[in-house]
Amino acid sequence: MEFVRRYETGAGWCPDNRGMAQQTASTAVEQSPSERPQRSPWLGFLLRRTVRLVVSLFALITFAFLIIHLVPGDPVRKALGLNASPELVSSIRAELGFDLPLWQQYLKYLGDLFSGNLGVSLASRLPVGETIGNLLPNTLLLAVIAFVVVMVIAVPLGMLMAVLTQNGRRRGVELSFTTVSIVVSAIPEFLLAVGLVYLFAVTNPWFPIAGMDGPASFVLPVAALALGPIAAMSRIVRVEALAVLGLDFIRTARAKRLPAWRIYLRHALPNALTATLTLSGLLLSGLVAGTVLVETIFAWPGLGPSLVSSILDNDYPLVQAIVLVYGGLVLLINFVVDILLGLADPRSTIKET
Amino acid sequence: MSTTDIAEKMVDRAAARAGTGRGGLLRRLATSPLGMAALLVDLLLLLLVVFGPMIWGAAAEEFDVDNMNSPPTDGHLFGTDSLGRDILLRVLVATRLSIGLALGATAIGAVIGLLLGAIPAVAGPRVGRAVVAVVNVAVAFPGLLLALFFASIFGASPSGAMLALGVAFAPGFARLTQTLTAGVVGRDYVSAARVIGVGRLRIIGRHLLPNVADTLVVNISLSAGGALLAFAGLSFLGLGVQAPSYDWGRMLFDGLDGIYVNPAAALAPGLAIVLAGLALNLTGEVGAQLVGRRVGSARLPAKPATGAATSVADGPDGSPGADDLVLDLRGLTVSFPRGRGEKSVPVRGVDLRIARGEAVGILGESGSGKSLTAMSVARLVPDPARVDVQSLTFEGRDLSANTSRELRRMLGTTMSVVFQDLMSSFNPVMKVGRQLAEVATEHQGIGRRAALDRAIGRLRSVSISRAEQRALQYPHELSGGMRQRAMIAMGLMGSPTLLIADEPTTALDATVQRRVLQLIAGVRAAEQSALLLISHDVAVVAAMCDRILVMYAGRVVEDIPVDDLLAGPRHPYSRALLAAVPTIQTDRSQSLRTIEGRPPQPADYPIGCAFAERCAFASEKCQQDPVLEPIDNGSVACWHPQQGPVPGVVIDSPAVVSRQRATTATAGPVMPSHEPSRTRERGR
Repeated sequence: MEFVRRYETGAGWCPDNRGMAQQTASTAVEQSPSERPQRSPWLGFLLRRTVRLVVSLFALITFAFLIIHLVPGDPVRKALGLNASPELVSSIRAELGFDLPLWQQYLKYLGDLFSGNLGVSLASRLPVGETIGNLLPNTLLLAVIAFVVVMVIAVPLGMLMAVLTQNGRRRGVELSFTTVSIVVSAIPEFLLAVGLVYLFAVTNPWFPIAGMDGPASFVLPVAALALGPIAAMSRIVRVEALAVLGLDFIRTARAKRLPAWRIYLRHALPNALTATLTLSGLLLSGLVAGTVLVETIFAWPGLGPSLVSSILDNDYPLVQAIVLVYGGLVLLINFVVDILLGLADPRSTIKET
Repeated sequence: MSTTDIAEKMVDRAAARAGTGRGGLLRRLATSPLGMAALLVDLLLLLLVVFGPMIWGAAAEEFDVDNMNSPPTDGHLFGTDSLGRDILLRVLVATRLSIGLALGATAIGAVIGLLLGAIPAVAGPRVGRAVVAVVNVAVAFPGLLLALFFASIFGASPSGAMLALGVAFAPGFARLTQTLTAGVVGRDYVSAARVIGVGRLRIIGRHLLPNVADTLVVNISLSAGGALLAFAGLSFLGLGVQAPSYDWGRMLFDGLDGIYVNPAAALAPGLAIVLAGLALNLTGEVGAQLVGRRVGSARLPAKPATGAATSVADGPDGSPGADDLVLDLRGLTVSFPRGRGEKSVPVRGVDLRIARGEAVGILGESGSGKSLTAMSVARLVPDPARVDVQSLTFEGRDLSANTSRELRRMLGTTMSVVFQDLMSSFNPVMKVGRQLAEVATEHQGIGRRAALDRAIGRLRSVSISRAEQRALQYPHELSGGMRQRAMIAMGLMGSPTLLIADEPTTALDATVQRRVLQLIAGVRAAEQSALLLISHDVAVVAAMCDRILVMYAGRVVEDIPVDDLLAGPRHPYSRALLAAVPTIQTDRSQSLRTIEGRPPQPADYPIGCAFAERCAFASEKCQQDPVLEPIDNGSVACWHPQQGPVPGVVIDSPAVVSRQRATTATAGPVMPSHEPSRTRERGR
């Protein structure tokens, strides 16, 4: 949940409680009037983002490739243990292509990768691709559900809090909301998970303690993942919404004597959301990372436990593949969010050029 | 704007807000109660780190064979683990390892990050850009994920995990350092150092880092909290501290196995992690606020408009019957709480009556309370301000009572407000046409399609060309003048009987200004609506209005028909305002005339006439509050009313300024067809 930290070091230091909405509004002023967004800057934007994605992916692949070579000592020895027979060691070395020069190994690695061959696990001797294919969907399901839960709860909650506490009203509500959300968002997901297990699986056996078996088994893992981000995100939404509510066009809307719900939902919310949605990429990446711990606690059949055990077992082919998957996911999420933002707010693409 | 950019932006914002102060952070930290609490917990942790293992180290290793996996008892407050060792003692002893490793990881991250971050500021542009690009991609990765990646290289051991975590934290620090140094590097003294040939490293060490130190320290302490939690996570996964060593994460891992037997074995280390993490975070947060405060206090929004006024005895110009009044406001006071029961009162007892179709101008310097008065009439004064009225009647309806849906509808269609257009008065993400149409769909029960058609019609009537297309554009796609006209069109969606215009032309250039004024005049003519025009510009008000209220320090000091104003007002302040207007004939070789002194702030409004200390005619008597007394066709609140034309003022004849009075203009098409007004155009 570092995205939250990053945001908050910003928002927390901001004396006048103005969030990003303020910036959005002020950049808008710089736009020259009656200039329609043209196609070409958008295409350029798309191109630049795609190039960035490809370059980043290559950097990631190179990193994954290098992992096995950066390990101190003999990785094969480490993986197989001291008791492994020399024949086995040399056959594995050949299998991993260690007898080739480094650049040839790199080319072979790339070639294998693009033909879909991720190698074979040293520990289980199963094809890595198959393992990932079985486990990745469960991880994604968990992360995406948690993401949706965060958004569905945090946005209305933050908006409500903004409306209730605007112009310094209801100091008590504001104080308790802020305190609770700071405390909750400071608890890491694995501790929340332990607490939840204790409360709702051990003390009150309402939900299964582990495994993935039916809808009830999702409740605790999703709650463990989502609670912190909900607390943090709703606070962000509140700050953004408060900033928007102080802007002039809200006064215009009030002058039109629109009903309150319309002012809040139609005029304030969309403007507060631009900034909030921008954070969703970081949020989703953070949730993907969070699954590693939460899956381990709930014995979830996802990639997380495999990543941990492969690191502990020095099962390098599996480590390399899982690093690629997680890293690729993060890069892809960022790419998609960038594109969506470009579509939603043409000004951002123009501004960049 | 990419996700990475957002991440950058947040950090940048943190940096910008924090400013670049130096020194005394610890001392300032101790002065706030929250900071004091955080420091106390920090101190406690420090004591545990230093002395914990010495005191309890041996006891924490003692096996109690009779009490293995025991739940909490008197002897073992949090029970024992699988070997019968006391959980509480182990939690206390583990403080050293947990905190030490977290601080180690933070230090590694900070050092690598500082080096990476300072490179772009001092290295060549090519290297700099490459480093920035790498950092930008890395900073979008969640720290834990990066730590796991690097843990696969460094191996599952305390030092490996510390190194991995440190490397994972580095991009964030690098980004922060880049932002901070980028702000400093452009300053003169760094350029100067460069010119005299100071080496790059020396520039970093002597000029860049000291200037961003506070902010960095705050962020390092924030990161230490994060590192503590992340390290606990790694140990919990079995990638950090290995048995027989133990930190809180490792204890949590062991405790989770026995959660059915002794939940305290898992909960106690968990609690320790949360408390320590919160304390470190809190230290950082409070530090951040303290660092930010100096910048903050300088930017506190200036107190809104000021003002004061004696309550007026009775309406000046032979008060028209209540039926003819569109607006009847009596005894308006606006106050802002200033804490500790104090308040400032920028509007002090203003009365305002507007007859049907009448155009009333409020003239005054900024801070006179004129805008607050207008916003009070429209009931749009934002919340911390308190608006009190003896009575507020609009169209015969009492507005001081609470709003009903029906009243809201009535107001929505009969009272229109035209704001000073800064870009910000329109919702940036809603199409212009829809923002207009909203009035009709909301208050007049018209369907969306029909409402949009009406909006297009109104846009056309304020002579916006290609109204159909414009209606489908966003506000930023319109020019300033067009937006201002669209704002007026928005006011025309209903049939206003009162048009409130708050500095409607201030931000516009002279030609556009004239067209907007013509437009407002035309609207008045067509709709027979009354006008309340707020301006600090004598020429604008004189051109548009029948009657003018001059406000000073929150009170109405003079209420006068426009002809009389131009012929020579009674109040010395009004006369000074008039005299300050430059004209074509003004001798440019001399400096422009101004009013000596400054208007008082609401906090220190004097007793008696607020203008006295700037007034050439002031006497002892002015220590008493003057009351608005009828005089000629108006009224004035002055002990020494003056007479005769103001010397050197040429706006003396209404003929110079063409006025469009609703009463005299013929009701015609909304777009006025009158001859071009010769409103004085003063470039701004």
